[in-house]
Amino acid sequence: MTLELLFQYLVAGITYGIIYAIVAIGFNIIYNTTGIINFAQGEFVMLGGMTAVTLNTFMPVPLAIVAAVLITMIIGALIEIIFIRWLDNPTVLRMIIITIGLSILIREVALHVWDEKVRALPYFSGTATSSISIKGVYISPQVLWVIGICTLIVIILNFFFSHTLLGRQMRACSSNRKAARLCGISVQNMVTLSFVLSAGIGALAGCIVSPITYIQYDSGTGLAIKGFTVAILGGLGNSMAAVAAGLILGVLESFSIWILPTAYKDAISISILLLILFVRPGGLFGSREALSLKEF
Amino acid sequence: MKRLRHLHIVYMALLIVGIQVVTSATDTAYFLTQLTMSAYYSLIIIGLSLVMGYAGQISIGHAGFFAIGGYLSAFLTTYNLLPYQETGIVAFLSNAGLLVFSQDIYGTDLLTVHPWCAFISAIILTTSIAYVIGRPVLKLKGHYLAMATLGFGIIIFRIVLGSSYFGEADGLSDVPGFPLIGGVEISGNMSARIVNYYIAWGLVIIGMVLLLNLVKSRVGRALRSIHGSEDAAKAMGVDAAKYKLHTFVLSAVFAAVAGVMLTHYNGGIGPSEASVMKSVRYVAIVAIGGMANLWGALIMGSVLNFLSLRGYFGSMDDAVFGSILIIIMLFAPQGILRKGILKDLRNKLTGNPEVKQS
Repeated sequence: MTLELLFQYLVAGITYGIIYAIVAIGFNIIYNTTGIINFAQGEFVMLGGMTAVTLNTFMPVPLAIVAAVLITMIIGALIEIIFIRWLDNPTVLRMIIITIGLSILIREVALHVWDEKVRALPYFSGTATSSISIKGVYISPQVLWVIGICTLIVIILNFFFSHTLLGRQMRACSSNRKAARLCGISVQNMVTLSFVLSAGIGALAGCIVSPITYIQYDSGTGLAIKGFTVAILGGLGNSMAAVAAGLILGVLESFSIWILPTAYKDAISISILLLILFVRPGGLFGSREALSLKEF
Repeated sequence: MKRLRHLHIVYMALLIVGIQVVTSATDTAYFLTQLTMSAYYSLIIIGLSLVMGYAGQISIGHAGFFAIGGYLSAFLTTYNLLPYQETGIVAFLSNAGLLVFSQDIYGTDLLTVHPWCAFISAIILTTSIAYVIGRPVLKLKGHYLAMATLGFGIIIFRIVLGSSYFGEADGLSDVPGFPLIGGVEISGNMSARIVNYYIAWGLVIIGMVLLLNLVKSRVGRALRSIHGSEDAAKAMGVDAAKYKLHTFVLSAVFAAVAGVMLTHYNGGIGPSEASVMKSVRYVAIVAIGGMANLWGALIMGSVLNFLSLRGYFGSMDDAVFGSILIIIMLFAPQGILRKGILKDLRNKLTGNPEVKQS
């Protein structure tokens, strides 16, 4: 094991980790305003990627990505308005089943709209074989794009939630819905907004990773499960911790290939999920005090 | 009440015989193949109904238990032990009469585990896994529980898909029939179709009687109290954790029995039986039947599985189950096969605020 190879694995791990983190942030945004887990989150990622690939046939890549993100945001809003907005205080079990049903439906529609072929956007700069060498470690320029854009998303979101009125209103809904409503915040609109936002982030993630991972009608499920693992690992609802958790999972997964065949890669990350759920359901970074007040 | 319960079972038995007579008379006996398969799937579904409806716990991993049963049984009854005949443990098993000699279609000699022995090992393994998994998993609630069971299902799926012992993407085939008493065996043999139909539905009746008695008993009342309010149940001295765990294990055993039997009936098993979509499908059917409604789950389980197996949904199979899931959960979260559904619908349409939501 040379040092270069070690770094190579590390970079691969970070790339995947940051993608998982973005999906996890999508989960967290909806969880924070509604208290539900959107099991169709992975489908937003798939829709974003697939739409961008189709649009790319008659428009340049940057434009196709922007359009795909907007379209997915609209779909996110429609889903919330049609299926969730009018439900009166639904139970968690009911919401889980509805979002699972939605994820199946979106996937099946995607299968009929597109087909089962894998697709990808072209590399944003350079080609699939071009690489940048940093002291003997070869990095594809797309990896830099992924890391760059994801870091940007995290920074912008952080700013949005802490410094803008809208972001603060959304946070108010998450900490206390009744109090937020009393202050004149439209909780329902905030919920719709959270769906729009998380659909948009998911779609963007789908676009930027598609050149590396490729995308097909059912790639959403796998990403959603990884994203959820990361969200739990960091503590549900905590977006900053999700980034750290994402990096941990990505790197662990990347190095796990040494020990076990790739076929079991998913089994490893899910075992980590189960272990965390059993031992520390509040996540790695949750405080003990806060945990004792919460139900899992 | 007691008489009524048995009456329903009698009606069911009559219906089962009736269907067989009608299909034989109208020369449509080929329907019986799918009806037999849907009987085994219904076995999983009534077990899951106990967990979801009565104990109020969701499990999106029941296809995993089905696969554990089916795969272990298929593996043990097809894996040729002849090369290891002289080694200690195989020789011991052979002497104990737990192994059988046979020949495959090419005339190769096979030495495999006896189906009954494989069945018992499958049940023991499923029970132990359900105990080990269930203990920590059932402490979780809501999303955490859903995700943990889903995760368990995916791990099983990945293992059967990735392991060469389980045939990877091809699954296992050439599984022999499962011998019962008097030369009758569970197999896909055309001549034994009617017998197998009765065996499968006989198993479902046994399962139904068992579960109906269970939910009417002290255990059933305890489960319903847990569903209503776990804290209140605990305060009344109900050991909630124990009841939830035992229900979970029982339903896992139901799934495993179905897995073993269906594998012998089909003569093989593939990784799609362990997939997440299968688990979701079982949840969907339980939801449609009305969570705490064993008869609803059984009826929906046999009808929908039969339609799906006959291919009436075509390439929209998964889409149909997804849509049903959403529609039922949006408009009739208590299921559709129950008294008062029409009244509820009328209330909803006329905007009567008395509608009870859950």
